[in-house]
Amino acid sequence: MSSGEPPIHSPEIRRLSPVLAPGHTYGSITDKISSIVLTRPVSLGWLAGFGICFCFIMLLNLAIVYLIGKGVGIWGINIPIGWGFAIVNFVWWIGIGHAGTLISAILFLLNQKWRTSINRFAEAMTLFAVMCAGMFPLLHMGRPWFFFWMFPYPSTMKIWPQFRSPLIWDVFAVSTYFTVSLLFWFVGLIPDLATLRDRAMSKPKAIIYGILAMGWRGSARHWQRYQSAYLLLAGLATPLVLSVHTVVSFDFAIAIVPGWHTTIFPPYFVAGAIYSGFAMVLTIAIPLRAAYNLEDFITMRHLENMAKVMLATGLIVAYGYFFEFFMSMYSGNKWDVFLVEQRLHGPYAHYYYMLILCNILTPQLLWFQKIRTNVIILFIMSLVINTGMWLERFVIVVISLSRDFVPSAWGRYSATFWDYAVLAGTLGLFAGLLFLFVRVLPAISIAEMRELVAHNSEEHE
Amino acid sequence: MMEQQRAHTYGVVGEFETPRKLIQAAEKARLAGYQSMDAYTPFPVEGLSEALGLKRNLVPLVTLIGGLAGGLGAFGFQYWVSVISYAENIGGRSLNSWPAFIPVTFELTVLGASLSAVFGMLAMNKLPQPHHPLFNVERFQKHASVDRFFLCLQADDPKFSVAEASKFLKEIEAQNISEVEND
Repeated sequence: MSSGEPPIHSPEIRRLSPVLAPGHTYGSITDKISSIVLTRPVSLGWLAGFGICFCFIMLLNLAIVYLIGKGVGIWGINIPIGWGFAIVNFVWWIGIGHAGTLISAILFLLNQKWRTSINRFAEAMTLFAVMCAGMFPLLHMGRPWFFFWMFPYPSTMKIWPQFRSPLIWDVFAVSTYFTVSLLFWFVGLIPDLATLRDRAMSKPKAIIYGILAMGWRGSARHWQRYQSAYLLLAGLATPLVLSVHTVVSFDFAIAIVPGWHTTIFPPYFVAGAIYSGFAMVLTIAIPLRAAYNLEDFITMRHLENMAKVMLATGLIVAYGYFFEFFMSMYSGNKWDVFLVEQRLHGPYAHYYYMLILCNILTPQLLWFQKIRTNVIILFIMSLVINTGMWLERFVIVVISLSRDFVPSAWGRYSATFWDYAVLAGTLGLFAGLLFLFVRVLPAISIAEMRELVAHNSEEHE
Repeated sequence: MMEQQRAHTYGVVGEFETPRKLIQAAEKARLAGYQSMDAYTPFPVEGLSEALGLKRNLVPLVTLIGGLAGGLGAFGFQYWVSVISYAENIGGRSLNSWPAFIPVTFELTVLGASLSAVFGMLAMNKLPQPHHPLFNVERFQKHASVDRFFLCLQADDPKFSVAEASKFLKEIEAQNISEVEND
């Protein structure tokens, strides 16, 4: 490999392109990442961005208050389409969260060094996406103040939840997922919080970070247990993330509605979740690295690797679409065949064609290296894929419910202003939380970046 | 005299520039007969536990117990609810429909294991512990969480005396050696 200098764009060089730009020391990394939180003044761009998000959060508040006052009738749902936007958005948001866990847990177990600079904010993204997701089933209940009826508690009614129902599985899957993601994220943060505590310029900051760091002092004994716990959490989060979207797909697959009752749903939902999640990581990473000059840490190699993961999971999703289609036709079941016809020619056919365009055709451009290394195109593509994944859930929820077994039970669905208001509101909440996150916590794991520096310098010794 | 010194001294700390130097120093200290010492690093250093002669930790065991408790508890509870406490005969279907109990059992296994891994780790590390004598050392506060690697020989070691420990640290090329005061 060292014989002769290969030209700069040769595959050789690109394959070796670093996960961390050369020339960094423990101190320079600490300075650069912690300065975003500790010393950098609030910029106009941040204020404007957060301000816009804040408006959307207010819209969300308004939409929720009005919803609780009037009931779910203000949404477009009806009989037979009882699920509508709420469930579409729920599945979409929870899927987005999955990439964070994949990056933090699965890539950690596979010892992929490139995960280091993106795992922290990807995990934050997971938490915020699950928060947005969780809101929808709660609001969709109509009487969200009775949400605790879903949990098994000894009530005076002497009844228990139905543990054979996928909706109860969902409660356990999503709440476990949120808890474990939060633990994983917090454990990863502890050493960095200690760094922020020690470097804080003002007393209040030092006290707040100090409380959160819990007196972490980097003792070798502590690190030993810490590493065991972190590795175990990664090992636990890996099957967990697969189980969560599997359980979400059971919400559909356990039912007998045409288009839902298929065994391919669990793997195809999980792949779709990772697909949309990586698209969302790119949507966040690209502006983040530009705004805070983090190109040394979030390098082209990261963006390209994420593009490759998107291409791979996109192909799995395409395979899922194909076999959904094929099995419906091959089964000879007249309702399944009819559902395919409805997707291709029914009243919502344009959603289906948009879905194919966004989720199957567009990502094929990622086969080309020029596209994978073009930041602007990648950014646009990440938005397209997220739209596509939203459309996928719309197609699954609405088309199946609107055309089930008897024509007298058919219906149509159209979303109202309030449906869009809640969706836009959660987008604002998600982005707003991310804006706050990059200002108060290190968006990149400082301790893990130091490990990378140590690893690189040992190779040079 | 000796006892008094131990009462207000936590130990003697010295710092190193690279993880490798710290590992070598820890090994030398262990071979020189120091038993009570600890190293402090800004990130986990491979090989340091071995150099210090640390035993395997109990986090995996605690995690296993937590996971088993979560899983068995979840399945047992679902069985009790569905078969004993609130048995509903729906079309003659079996009450103990165990495959339907697996998702919740799995989720609570993971939840039990994760909670015990994290809280077990914190408890065994005796965290939260807001203050520690080492934080009295200025260089420790400035560099232990950033870019320096510290070795602290502790006063509860039978071999310990401030003068000797300082001399030993000097011999193994530690920098900025200072006494850590107990408070």
